[in-house]
Amino acid sequence: MTDVKRYAHGSRVPGWDEAADLDKDPAQVPDLATTPVPEHLRAEIERHMAKYPDTRSAAIPALAAVQREYGWCTPEGVEQAAAVMRLTPAYLMAVATFYDMLETTPTGRNTVYVCTNISCSLLGADELLERVEGEVGDDPEFNVRGFECLGACDIGPMASVNGTYVGPIALDEVADLVSQVRAGEEPLPAKQLRRRPSADREANTRDWSEGAPS
Amino acid sequence: MSLKLLFKDIDQPDLRTLPVYRDRGGYDIAPRALAMPRDALVEELKASGLRGRGGAGFSMGTKASFMPKGDMDKYLVCNADESEPGTFKDRELMFKNPHALIEGMVIAAYAAGANRAFIYIRGEYVEVADVLDAALEEAKDAGLLGDLILHVHRGAGAYICGEETGLLDSLEGKRGNPRLKPPFPANQGLYQGPTLINNVETLMTIPYILRMGAQEYAKIGVANSSGTKVISISGNVQRPGNYEIELGISSREIIYGLAGGPPEGRSVKLWFPGGSSSPVLTGDDLDISYDFDSLAKAKTMLGSGAIIVVDDSNSVVDVCLKLAKFYRHESCGKCTPCREGTNWTVKMLERIQQGEATPMDLDIMASVQSHIIGNCLCVLGDAMAMPVGSMIEKFRDEFEEYMESVRLGAEPAEIQGAYA
Repeated sequence: MTDVKRYAHGSRVPGWDEAADLDKDPAQVPDLATTPVPEHLRAEIERHMAKYPDTRSAAIPALAAVQREYGWCTPEGVEQAAAVMRLTPAYLMAVATFYDMLETTPTGRNTVYVCTNISCSLLGADELLERVEGEVGDDPEFNVRGFECLGACDIGPMASVNGTYVGPIALDEVADLVSQVRAGEEPLPAKQLRRRPSADREANTRDWSEGAPS
Repeated sequence: MSLKLLFKDIDQPDLRTLPVYRDRGGYDIAPRALAMPRDALVEELKASGLRGRGGAGFSMGTKASFMPKGDMDKYLVCNADESEPGTFKDRELMFKNPHALIEGMVIAAYAAGANRAFIYIRGEYVEVADVLDAALEEAKDAGLLGDLILHVHRGAGAYICGEETGLLDSLEGKRGNPRLKPPFPANQGLYQGPTLINNVETLMTIPYILRMGAQEYAKIGVANSSGTKVISISGNVQRPGNYEIELGISSREIIYGLAGGPPEGRSVKLWFPGGSSSPVLTGDDLDISYDFDSLAKAKTMLGSGAIIVVDDSNSVVDVCLKLAKFYRHESCGKCTPCREGTNWTVKMLERIQQGEATPMDLDIMASVQSHIIGNCLCVLGDAMAMPVGSMIEKFRDEFEEYMESVRLGAEPAEIQGAYA
């Protein structure tokens, strides 16, 4: 993606769109016969398309599949998805740019979303994000982002590490967390949300932790 | 000991699997509901007084009754996008008891006459969506869905997709821009067909209502706010988490009794009673009864039932800026008042933080909020304007004090310290 020149206050410098050729033909749907698509990717996208009365509904799942395959929504990957879905790549790109979790520029495969919304920031999320960014440095395998509310304010400050919710994360645990992700291990196993019992003390009529089948 | 319905034995191991859920009486009520005449079922839901748990608080039964009769394709959509800051009840409910949602959807789909249903879950909830997928597979294999075609649809990270028409656009594979209403989804929703959209908790409550009987359910809670509600408490409290309460208990009981109140030595400065979109209340409002009508009377709302507590160590300007930045990021850009209003509110708050603002800016900021409210297709802009407006109104002195001290050269961090 080319950078658009902007003024300090954020507006685009006039002329940013002059290169657009308004006379050219509308974009074509890429031909599946001439677009090589990995068999498993095509199968996955078609499986999603089959779920909906209108196959276009599979746009987000298809782009997510492309992202899993290539690490981000690469132009080639988007073209492949477009070929399978019989849409223009531009249409899928328009969808991809709308959603925070779909990456349209190259990025690391390990995603660490640090929630920096109200509840978490009251508990020190901004410092946490800074610490994680510092710890990761310029490691190209990482994609560290401050993210809007991830829906886990009960474990704030928290992060979603490759989809696994972890928290509350103390600042001195960040180094461990990052090295675990680098080594491909489970992030902070003791702090994972899935292992956390309900906060409502009256919810359980008995203690399920003992003698329970797991 | 307060009554627990949705949260009863929520931590029972393997509750998310079909055998354990069935052991507890799961899927026993769905066949009985499906044997009832459709109108009688809708009447039953109306009689329970169940109000939508997602934010708007509209009567669930009435909404279902808006669905037109006829042979066209109709849809049921479960809104599991839960992205309102401070809200995390649906996450725990779906993660620990997914079959209750599926059973509720089977019944709701029958009540609405829908033959296809979708659960639109936010993309960030990877673990929860995996649990739902597995549960759905089990239910399908056991033939518990009947004729209903049910799929889990994962979003990809957009707050606006929790708005019902934005959600529908997103589910149709488009950018999640809200639509003009009317037509309402009950007439033209998903793929232009009649569509019933409900929140996870609303749908999940249905089996419990039918099991105990609508009349019995209506007796729980207070008038006009019947039933139990799972509330999420977060921020500066000692025991954050989800709690199931009977509607109508006092807010103090929730914040201090259940959640343990702010840390030692701190007091409640302000709190959001229903997610970050609700106008804020102060430490003086803690005795308000926590139900739909009492909160409406206090000029705020129960919303999604998410309480965010901010204690006196935080500056209201920081909270306000955090909030405004969130809505600026999440505004889809379709309507001008919201797109521009959120952006300019952030810029004005930043000016305050940098010591470039004057008290007149507060009036301009308040007027921006009043120009957003009611002037957009959806309520995202309102969702920023209401809390920001209420913060300016209730903490004007602090805003002015903050402005003056930054103007005189204090660092924002020092000011924050002054409140500690």
